[in-house]
Amino acid sequence: MSEMRYTKDHEWLRVEGQTATVGITDYAQTQLGDVVYVELPEPGVILAKGGEAAVVESVKAASEVYSPASGEVTQANQALVERPGAINTDATGEGWFYKIRLTEPAQVAELMDQATYDAYLAELG
Amino acid sequence: MTEPQATTLFETPLGDLHRELGARMVPFAGYAMPVQYPAGIIAEHRHTREHAGLFDVSHMGQVALRGPQAARALETMVPGDVAGLEAGRQRYTLFTNPSGGILDDLMVTNAGDHLFVVVNAGCKQADIEHLIVSIGGRVGIEVLADRALLALQGPEAAAVMERLAPASAAMGFMSGRDLDIAGVACFVTRSGYTGEDGFEISVPANRAEAVARVLLAQSEVAPVGLGARDSLRLEAGLCLYGSDIDTTTTPIEAGLAWTIGKRRRAEGGFPGAEIILGQLRDGPARRRVGIRPEGKAPARAHTDIVDAVGRKIGEVTSGGFGPSLDAPIAMGFVETAFAQPGSELGLMVRGTARPARVVPLPFVPHRYRK
Repeated sequence: MSEMRYTKDHEWLRVEGQTATVGITDYAQTQLGDVVYVELPEPGVILAKGGEAAVVESVKAASEVYSPASGEVTQANQALVERPGAINTDATGEGWFYKIRLTEPAQVAELMDQATYDAYLAELG
Repeated sequence: MTEPQATTLFETPLGDLHRELGARMVPFAGYAMPVQYPAGIIAEHRHTREHAGLFDVSHMGQVALRGPQAARALETMVPGDVAGLEAGRQRYTLFTNPSGGILDDLMVTNAGDHLFVVVNAGCKQADIEHLIVSIGGRVGIEVLADRALLALQGPEAAAVMERLAPASAAMGFMSGRDLDIAGVACFVTRSGYTGEDGFEISVPANRAEAVARVLLAQSEVAPVGLGARDSLRLEAGLCLYGSDIDTTTTPIEAGLAWTIGKRRRAEGGFPGAEIILGQLRDGPARRRVGIRPEGKAPARAHTDIVDAVGRKIGEVTSGGFGPSLDAPIAMGFVETAFAQPGSELGLMVRGTARPARVVPLPFVPHRYRK
């Protein structure tokens, strides 16, 4: 059973055993508008929790994506480079950014669960 | 939404309509303005290129200059030929300063008994004060604060306008006249900021929503926000005041020498004429160019431009994504030696020089009415 976890910067993380998949939330893609470009981390790169992991650019602006947890990148979603619009149409599915092997799995519990994130969004209005 | 709920933002007469249409409102030049509607910037951009887009540009300043000396007086502030503008004709020109910099860009129409002037929202207070101080003693200056401004742009704009105001069909590009639209007396120019054929419609503020609704009811027309307005003008190679041109850029550096008529070149008599005409004669040290990045990464405004050995040779002034080209595009200023189309440049994006080259402007050919 995979569970979604969230950051305050609107990244999501889904744990599948020792690895996790990372993306940005539907709220984030709505705020960005039409995504036209992504820059993803190379497999093998070591990411620290909260460190710059990827770049996502809409027509209007560029935004950083920060890693929700520490780990080694095992795979980047190359299909997204060709079709960045998938972030707008399917942010938590086809719009995933990269997968990491978690080096500090305990960090996952520090992230917001679905109910907490929903409450956080409600607060943002 | 995380935008601050600033209580000081001005509303255009179409604010309620924008919200009803689902617009995302953002602060722009002191106004709450629609940056996009639910369709999104790319869809709105493409709709304008293929059909017709309706833009609210009521934040811009509209001013009437009256009196027999209006044209000659305005010529002391701009390098454009205003005195030679025939009744019903419109021209793009620039307020310049004594050092040859640009204070604002503007549209001037000879409306017969007055000059109709449209200036940028962010500059309008300064422009109005500048007009009053410079020529207020001999020209009547009336700020048309009770008028909204709508832009209808795109290849199908002419068919829409002809249906609603048949006399619009005879209008040439860069002309203006009074027209009734849906029973409302408007002043309409055939002009715009997208590279497409189109119209700008000055309408009494209290009738603006009614006219906008009639336009939106036409099958060709969709609402378009400021986001697509920016990507459309960038593809068309048109300057954005405050980004591409400002008090530190001259008309010659900016590639706007075409706005200085033959008589004005010979006579001068506008602020900064010595510097501007000197650059026209000798060539400027830097020029505004079109830039195509080779990869897919957009280069935004203020990105440094470097040569092959990493020396800074300029800066991006407008940059983003061109939906009609499905590619990143930019404009910027480079040293003149690098200004020829084909010149290879590096764009410093996130610490890396990314290859790009100079290309002719516009990126997307203009399709103005001949």
